[in-house]
Amino acid sequence: MTDIAGADAPVLRLDMTSDAAKRRIRKRYAAEARFKAYGLAALAVTTLFVGALVFDIIRNGIPAFTQHSLTMDVAVPDDLVPTATRSDPLAIRGADYFPVTRDALKAAIPGIESRRGERTLVRLLSTGAPDVLRDRLVADPSLIGKTVKVPLLLSDDADLYFKASSTSIVKRGGIGTATPSGTTGEITILTSSNDFAAEVVTIKQAAKAKADALAIEAARLTTFGGQSVAQRVTEINAEIAELKARFDSPKIEEILDAKLPSKLVEINGGLVKLTKITDVSVTGEVLLPLASAADAKPGDWKVVTYTTAESNRKVSDQEVAFLERFREKGMVDRHFNTLFFTSGDSREPELAGIRGALIGSLLTLFVTLVLCLPIGVLAAVYLEEFATKNRITDLIEVNINNLAAVPSIVFGLLGLAVFLNFFNFPRSAPLVGGLVLALLVLPTIIIASRAALKAVPPSIKEAALGVGASHQQAVFHHVLPLAMPGIMTGTIIGMAHALGETAPLLMIGMVAFIVDVPTALTDAATVLPVQIYLWSDLPEVAFKLKTAGAIMVHLSQKEV
Amino acid sequence: MIYNQKLTATLAVAMAGLVASTAIAAARDQIRIVGSSTVYPFTTAVAEQFGKSGGGKTPVVESTGTGGGMKLFCAGVGVGHPDMTNASRAIKMGEFEDCQKNGVKDIVEIKVGIDGLVLAQSKAGAPLKLNIEHVFLALAEQVPGADGKLVANPHTNWSDIDKSLPNVKIEILGPPPTSGTRDSFHELYMEVGAKKLAALKDMQKADPKGFEKLWKSLRKDGAFVEAGENDNVIVQKLEANKNAVGIFGYSFLEENHAKLHGASINGVEPDYDTISGGKFPGSRPLFFYVKKQHVGVIPGIEQFAAEYVSAKAMSKDGYLARKGLVALPKAEAEKVAAAVKAMKPLTAAEVK
Repeated sequence: MTDIAGADAPVLRLDMTSDAAKRRIRKRYAAEARFKAYGLAALAVTTLFVGALVFDIIRNGIPAFTQHSLTMDVAVPDDLVPTATRSDPLAIRGADYFPVTRDALKAAIPGIESRRGERTLVRLLSTGAPDVLRDRLVADPSLIGKTVKVPLLLSDDADLYFKASSTSIVKRGGIGTATPSGTTGEITILTSSNDFAAEVVTIKQAAKAKADALAIEAARLTTFGGQSVAQRVTEINAEIAELKARFDSPKIEEILDAKLPSKLVEINGGLVKLTKITDVSVTGEVLLPLASAADAKPGDWKVVTYTTAESNRKVSDQEVAFLERFREKGMVDRHFNTLFFTSGDSREPELAGIRGALIGSLLTLFVTLVLCLPIGVLAAVYLEEFATKNRITDLIEVNINNLAAVPSIVFGLLGLAVFLNFFNFPRSAPLVGGLVLALLVLPTIIIASRAALKAVPPSIKEAALGVGASHQQAVFHHVLPLAMPGIMTGTIIGMAHALGETAPLLMIGMVAFIVDVPTALTDAATVLPVQIYLWSDLPEVAFKLKTAGAIMVHLSQKEV
Repeated sequence: MIYNQKLTATLAVAMAGLVASTAIAAARDQIRIVGSSTVYPFTTAVAEQFGKSGGGKTPVVESTGTGGGMKLFCAGVGVGHPDMTNASRAIKMGEFEDCQKNGVKDIVEIKVGIDGLVLAQSKAGAPLKLNIEHVFLALAEQVPGADGKLVANPHTNWSDIDKSLPNVKIEILGPPPTSGTRDSFHELYMEVGAKKLAALKDMQKADPKGFEKLWKSLRKDGAFVEAGENDNVIVQKLEANKNAVGIFGYSFLEENHAKLHGASINGVEPDYDTISGGKFPGSRPLFFYVKKQHVGVIPGIEQFAAEYVSAKAMSKDGYLARKGLVALPKAEAEKVAAAVKAMKPLTAAEVK
C-alpha cells in the first residue's frame, strides 16, 4: 500500500527522526496524556461528590432503621377493662393505657414523687408507647389483670440520646466519707476530705478567664465614645465585679449553672445534682432518690461529671439520670424499626413511617403506567408506521418534542385547572397525581418508543410484507416485539422520572400531611419524594434521620 | 390480531376505571386544611391527635403558604374547597373581600398561639445584643447617612452600626419574599426599627409611601442571603459559620438550643416567657380560619376546632407547646376557647 502512495508522491518528505518531529510527537502524546488526566480528575471529583453524598445519607439514614424501647414488666390492673366487655376488642382498644404505663415507669424507678420529676419520667416514653401493650391485650384478653413484659417505645429525644450520646460521663471515686443530709428534695452532702477542691478551682479559673476577656472588651470599647458604648461598658464592669467577688474570696460558695459541665454525686444508690459547691460540702437536688441517709465510706460514693453543659444539649440532667438508670438495669432494648415501614406519617418522629407514602407512590405510578404505556406506544406506532407525512403530523411531532421539555410544575397547573376545577376530581388523590404524571412522561415514552421502532431493521418489515402480511400484521407481529426492549427502557426511564416528581403534585394537593394509609385511588395520599420534602422541613432533630432513611428507601426503590 | 385485542382491552379497562372513579368525588368525610407552613407543624399535631382520639378520619393538612392557602380557602363553598386555612398573619382586606365575592360569607378567626421570630447564631460566636434599629440599619437597602439623606447601606461590620456591637462581618440568612415569615420580619423588625430612627421621622410623615418602600427593601449586596423556605437549611448554615445570623421561627431555636442562641433585642432574650408575655419585640400571633358554612356538612369541624383550643393542646403544658408553639396568655386563651364555642363569624370591620 505504501508503495502505491509512494510511487507518484511529490518530494514532500516527513522526516520522523528530526528533533522538531520528535517534539511534535511528544507534544501530541503529552496532549493525550493531559486529556486522560483531565478525564480521570473529572471522574475522581464526581466520585468524591457522589461518595460524600451517599456517605452522608447513609450515615444519617442508618440510625432511622433502629429504635430503642424500654422492656418492662407492666402490671395490667384487673379493672382496666370491665370483665363483661372483655370479649369486645373495641372496648379493650378504647381503654386508657396512660396510667398503666406511667405506673410501670414509676415502679421501675421508685421514689420519684415530685410532679416535675414524674412528668419528666413520663415524657421519656413516646405517646405511642402503649400501642404494643394494647395489641397484645386485644389478641389475648386473658392477660388483663396479669403482669405482661412488653417493650414500650421511647420518645424521639430519648431515642436520639441512645443513638448518639449527647454527653460523655466521667466518674471518680470519693476520697473522704460522705454524709448526706436526706434522701429526697434538696440535700447537703458533707465530706471528710477536700473532695471538691479541684472543681472549685476549675470554676474559679473559668470565672477569671471570663473576667479577663470582658476586661479586654471593655478596654476596646472605651476607646470609642457615645452613649450606647458607655452603657455597655457599665454593664461589662458590673459583670467583672461580680466575677471578681467570686474568684477573689475562697470561702464563698461556687454556684453551678447550666452553662458549666454538670456535677453530680452518686451515693447510696441515688444521684444528686450539685448546685452549690465548696471544698468540703455540696448542696444539690436529688435526681434519683437515695436508699438511706447513712454515711458512705471512701470509694463507695462517686463524683459524676456530665462533660457537656446542660444548656448545650437537648436532654436535661434529670433525663440523662433516668435513661442511664434504665440502661444500667438492662431495660433498654434496641431493635429494628418496623414502624418505619408499617405506619403512615405522624408528627411524632418515633411513630412516623413511610407506608402511606410508599402505597401512595405505588397507586400513583399504577395510574400513570396504565395510561402511559398503551397510549404512548400506540401513538408512537401510529406516528412512526402509519401516519402520512404532512403538515399536521409534523406539527404534532414538534409539539411532542417540545412537551418533553416543559417544566413539570406547568403540568401541575394543568392538572389543577383540568382535573380538579373542571372534572371535579378529589384533591390529593393518587388518581389525579397519576393523570398529571402520565401527561408528564407521555412525551418521553413516545419519543423513546419511536426511536426503538426506527431502530428495527426495515428488512424485518419488508420480509413480512413480502410473504403477504398486512401492514398492521407486519408492525404488531414483527416490528413491535423487536422494538419492545427499547420501548421498555424508555418507559422505565419515564416512570423513574415520575417517581421522583414533587413539583406538579404541589398544585393538586398531594404535598400534605396524611396519616391514614391510602387504600383506593381516590383516597388522600402523598408520595415518597413529597414525604422526604415535608420531613426535611420539620423542626424536630429526629426527623433529619427519618429524612435520610426515607431517601435511602427512595433510592433503592428507584434502583429497582 | 392477538396483540391488537390485548391492547384494546387494556385501554378499555383504563378508561372504564377512570369513568368509574369520577363518581366517587362527590362526598367527603375528611376535613381538609390548607395554609401557612409556619402553622403546619402545629395543625398536623392537632390533626393527628384528633384522628387518634376517634373523632373521625384524620384531617388532611396541606402546606401551601399563608397566601396560597387564603386563595384556596376563599375560592368557594362546597366539598371541593378546603374547610380551614392556617395563617401566620391575620386575613387581609383583599382576601376577605375575595372570600365574600365567592360566597364564603362566614369565616371564623381563631388565634392559636404566638410565634417568636428570632435572630439566632451559633453558640461559638460572640453573642449579639441588638436594639431593633440595629436590625434595620444592618439590613435595609438604604439608610440615612450622616447628613440625614438616604444612602446605600454602607455597613459591612456590626461595629459600623454601633461601636458597642462586635467587630464582625454582617451576614444574615433569612427567608425568601414568598414566605409569610419574611412578611412578618419586615413588619416586626424593619418597620419598627425604621420608626425608631430620628433621621427618618420627617420622611415618615412627608412621604409614607417612600417610607414603606424603605423598610420593605432589604440590601442586595450579599450581607443578606435568602436561604430558602426550609429553616433547617438556615440552622445548618449557622452551625457551619459562627458569624452568621439566621432569621426563623422560635420553634427552630428551641429545638436546636443545644447549638444556637438567640440574639437579644432591646435587651430582651427570646425565650418562652418573653415571647408569651409579649415582651420580646419579634412575636406574632398565629391563626386559623374556619369556613362556618362547612360546619355540619363536613363532619368533625367543630370538634377539631375544640381540640385545637383545648388545654391539653394549647396550654403551656400542652402538646403544642412541646412542638414549639408559644401559648397565649391565660385570659386570652379563655377568650379564644369561648369564641370557638360561639363560632362567631368575622365582620369586615374587624379586618384590617
